[in-house]
Amino acid sequence: MTMQQEVLPLGGFAAERPRNYRADHLLVAGMVERGSKVLDVGCGEGDLLQLLESRGIDGRGIELSREGVNRCVAKGLAVVQGDADTDLVNYPDDAFDYVILSQTLQATRQPKTVLENLLRIGRRAIVSFPNFGFWRLRLQLLIGGHMPRTDNLPATWYDTPNIHFCTIKDFVQLCDEINVKMERAVALDLYGRPLRLTAPWWFWNMFGEQGVFLLSRAEKAK
Amino acid sequence: MKVVTSKPSPTIAADERSHEADHPTSLVARFGAEQPLKLDCGIDLSPFQIAYQTYGELNANRSNAILVCHALTGDQHVANIHPVTGKPGWWETLVGPGRPLDPSRYFIICSNVIGGCMGSTGPASINPTTGKVWGLDFPIITIPDMVRAQAMLLDRLGIETLFAVVGGSMGGMQVLQWTAAYPTRVFSALAIACSTRHSAQNIAFHELGRQAVMADPDWHGGRYAEEGTHPHRGLAVARMAAHITYLSDAALHRKFGRRMQDRELPTFSFDADFQVESYLRYQGSSFVERFDSNSYLYLTRAMDYFDIAADHHGVLAAAFRGIQTRFCVVSFTSDWLFPTSESRALVHALNASSARVSFAEIETDRGHDAFLLDVPEFFDIARAFLQSGGTARGLTGAGD
Repeated sequence: MTMQQEVLPLGGFAAERPRNYRADHLLVAGMVERGSKVLDVGCGEGDLLQLLESRGIDGRGIELSREGVNRCVAKGLAVVQGDADTDLVNYPDDAFDYVILSQTLQATRQPKTVLENLLRIGRRAIVSFPNFGFWRLRLQLLIGGHMPRTDNLPATWYDTPNIHFCTIKDFVQLCDEINVKMERAVALDLYGRPLRLTAPWWFWNMFGEQGVFLLSRAEKAK
Repeated sequence: MKVVTSKPSPTIAADERSHEADHPTSLVARFGAEQPLKLDCGIDLSPFQIAYQTYGELNANRSNAILVCHALTGDQHVANIHPVTGKPGWWETLVGPGRPLDPSRYFIICSNVIGGCMGSTGPASINPTTGKVWGLDFPIITIPDMVRAQAMLLDRLGIETLFAVVGGSMGGMQVLQWTAAYPTRVFSALAIACSTRHSAQNIAFHELGRQAVMADPDWHGGRYAEEGTHPHRGLAVARMAAHITYLSDAALHRKFGRRMQDRELPTFSFDADFQVESYLRYQGSSFVERFDSNSYLYLTRAMDYFDIAADHHGVLAAAFRGIQTRFCVVSFTSDWLFPTSESRALVHALNASSARVSFAEIETDRGHDAFLLDVPEFFDIARAFLQSGGTARGLTGAGD
């Protein structure tokens, strides 16, 4: 595994906290350059899109649930009802500067195809997902002997939409496999705080509650 | 619900109807020989007139104009009492004080389409060269012809760009044609329960309606005005068949079920025993009081011919390439005339053109007609779409 761990763009991060934006949303928004064009895949009720638009970013969204879409449209956001697994193919190459997949990768049927599509449609992709290697989840399986459940992943095994869980380590391996360049990687702890940059990978994989990755296409194929 | 059965009174209504065709109870823009309407069929229509209504005031920099496009059997009386039927405007749920299209905020224009029968030139109008009703001598018109005529009306009114074009069904087709033909004149487009092309099934239903009109002996090859008749039975049947396509199985079941009309037992006859029969007969008979049969033939034909992609070498996305218009597309779950799949195909094409598009599917069992009914979720979306557009366009008071 090779990657560069860059300094996080945390300017303005603390100042914007009181506005009740989610920590991972602020982190993701901080990775997006102003004036760029962004597609948020699985945009939920549009909180991240609203944050992006407040920063002068041209945001569009796709959301699976009809209720979510209609709430977004009722907020004046440009959101369409669609499925990351089936609808991304309809977008042309290089249509966006960034494509964001926030906490959705684990709910797709074909995570690898989805990831490839993200980097076809967008020059860069920002992907965040819950880390299944987080120590609390490991402990529940090891000691409790049952499928893990946390505040952020409250669903039971039989009704969870999350069908493709992975660890940070798994995700980094997938990126290597499909020739994706990691421009920036951040692991957040249970409270949404970034872990120490100097921490080793196994530490991130153990103590990161979620991973946030800024990806781009590698220069040339392997 | 109580269903009213009434007999048509064709003679009285026919007088009012034919009067409205040339002398409408609304504003009229007349275009003389120097300004012909260039029709897709190759004919220059001249002279012609467009009947229209407006609501609200145009602001100083002429940036708050909204064009409402009516559906097949609609007209310019979108939010006022109809001069023939005496009923409220056909879209008062959407247009009016406190509604998403509020005349205190926007200058709202609605014109009768070319080919219509409520004051815009159509087959029921007098042909100036013969002094007789046009009838089937009227040239075939298309959705692009309707939009071309609307653009000429806007030129006459001194409106260069529209803040929004709004319409459902055939009105939605006009909205899409506006964006494809005049992309720089449309800031935002709200296209509801429509499609970029008429499907084979929809053409089939229209053909059924046309054949019903033509099979009526009172049609007289379209020359019924000269014969002093009107094929009201044929047109009523056409309307009954079409009306079924505007509803849904669930809506019909909820409204009528198998309930009887003013009786306990079947009469063992072909009377309207069932409420649903009585309702359809009423829909048919009330429609013929206000609508011209030939106009119905022409407008259904215009919808049949509509296919935006065909005008762009079969590539729908090419019709919207580079477009800056903000789109909102709305469909309804139980609409089987213009199903969600049609809207989704449009959205895919708009995405491929990198257009700014919102798309919402509203859950309702009321079928295609839902766009004309009281569906709060749809109104919320229409309101928010126009408000966010108003903010982007700098309309004062639009963001509150």
